[in-house]
Amino acid sequence: MHKLTIAEIIEKYPFVEAFFEENKLDIREHGHRTFKEYLDTFTEDEIEDYAIDKAALYENLFEYIKQMKDFLGLEEEEGIESLTILPGHDKSNNPEQFEELTIRKSEIVSIVGPTGAGKSRLLADIEWTAQNDTPTGRTILINGEIPDKKWRFSSNNKLVAQLSQNMNFVMDLTVREFLELHAASRLVEDVEGTIGRIIDAANNLAGEKFDLETPVTSLSGGQSRALMIADTAILSSSPIVLIDEIENAGIDRRKALNLLVDEEKIVLIATHDPTLALIADKRIVIKNGGIHKIIETSKEEKEILSKLEEIDKFVLRMREDLRKGKELSNHN
Amino acid sequence: MNLVIFSGPPSSGKTSIILKTIEALRQREIAVGVVKFDCLNTDDDILYERAGIPVKKGLSGALCPDHFFASNIEEVVQWGREQGLDMLITESAGLCNRCSPYIKDIKGVCVIDNLSGINTPKKIGPMLKAADIVVITKGDIVSQAEREVFASRVSSVNPRAVTMHINGLTGQGAYELSTLLYDEENHIDTVQGMELRFPMPSALCSYCLGETRIGEAYQLGNVRKMDLGDKDA
Repeated sequence: MHKLTIAEIIEKYPFVEAFFEENKLDIREHGHRTFKEYLDTFTEDEIEDYAIDKAALYENLFEYIKQMKDFLGLEEEEGIESLTILPGHDKSNNPEQFEELTIRKSEIVSIVGPTGAGKSRLLADIEWTAQNDTPTGRTILINGEIPDKKWRFSSNNKLVAQLSQNMNFVMDLTVREFLELHAASRLVEDVEGTIGRIIDAANNLAGEKFDLETPVTSLSGGQSRALMIADTAILSSSPIVLIDEIENAGIDRRKALNLLVDEEKIVLIATHDPTLALIADKRIVIKNGGIHKIIETSKEEKEILSKLEEIDKFVLRMREDLRKGKELSNHN
Repeated sequence: MNLVIFSGPPSSGKTSIILKTIEALRQREIAVGVVKFDCLNTDDDILYERAGIPVKKGLSGALCPDHFFASNIEEVVQWGREQGLDMLITESAGLCNRCSPYIKDIKGVCVIDNLSGINTPKKIGPMLKAADIVVITKGDIVSQAEREVFASRVSSVNPRAVTMHINGLTGQGAYELSTLLYDEENHIDTVQGMELRFPMPSALCSYCLGETRIGEAYQLGNVRKMDLGDKDA
């Protein structure tokens, strides 16, 4: 690979153009040179002016190609079927009150417990694939086995995608540009098709529709959430999605969770909203830094859930009517 | 004693990350001290003091803080040894994004934040590109997509670094970082004779020396003019 010319490298690995672009290397007239020959064209002044480290750049290019190849290979590999948590202990060193918790893909588990009880720590344990080497002493297995170290150290393969309460878009782009950018970073081949799927899915969740030309910064709260969830479901490579509450405004939460489940994600929701907590099949109760118990959602609770969903729908209808300028009424 | 060099743009969350990481190191009974480098002013030393962490601050004043760092690091290391530290952390803000204080064979950590925008990774020089570990902060306030795009840009300018997402408020991820920092094998008594990973720029013009008047007559030394195109056009 070290003997290839730049043009040959680009032909073989089209993704390296991003490397040249991000490192501000203008290779347009140097296609016939090897990367090393190209680096040697810089003068001493240029090296100082642009703060170029030739040796590092040289190694980085090949490391980048290697990582991207691994990443592309991974996409084709068999995905993650299950996540298993083996117990550790709470802050007072009492053993956690469960034997083993396995969550399979397309399963939803909720997490409840007061602020500071240890939700972040549980998340960090999962993200870091703890092997009895974190303060809780928990062990995380993937597909029933000790996971590959890549989940800890690779920047492109994170195990957990997070949707937190106060998330915003900070980029000033249209929805289309935003999705194109994300698709490019994930090396997606069918960009148009993927963007189409995401916008359709997002509009299916959002109370008010929006299109690809809308700037992301002018989306409403509900629309932003819908776009983030659709984008995470369809485009994120992370097999586990953690959601920190979903406000019941401008978004169909049941559909949002269904979308993640349909895309074969393992879904964890930290919530104190009874509707969300009961949609899950199980919930983890956290207390004093440890998992205190795991409750299976009972039949009675599922009945309560139907009641709650009716109330939610009622509130939603009132909201819609208000928006349309109607007078509110008990009858449809 | 271990030496770890933290660097990163102003307000990226360096102090929060270091404080949370030290919390985790202390649980393992590792004694950590901090030296904070800044240019004109910093109150971060008070935050460290409040947490009971031995701390010194160095203000570079009229000098470039990275140059100041290089001329003081040996004395700083000796201070850390006198304090009986197991680990000394230095913290400095990269001001013009050109330089970096990293030293060969000494662990270098760069802290940057998601809010700084996805074009930031290519604007930062050796401070990001030569780091061993890149910590990305403020992930809780941007979308998952932006986090992924930002991380992929970081890895395209520094593919060899370990990239971690850490929340400076909750400390999520700080324990994990602490396990990468302390290394029993990697003790040093001095940095005498060690080398910077990347040379600092050679700038010496009349303005470096205190000139305040503007105009060609006052510009001496290493002066460069912008290319604003053809004057007749």
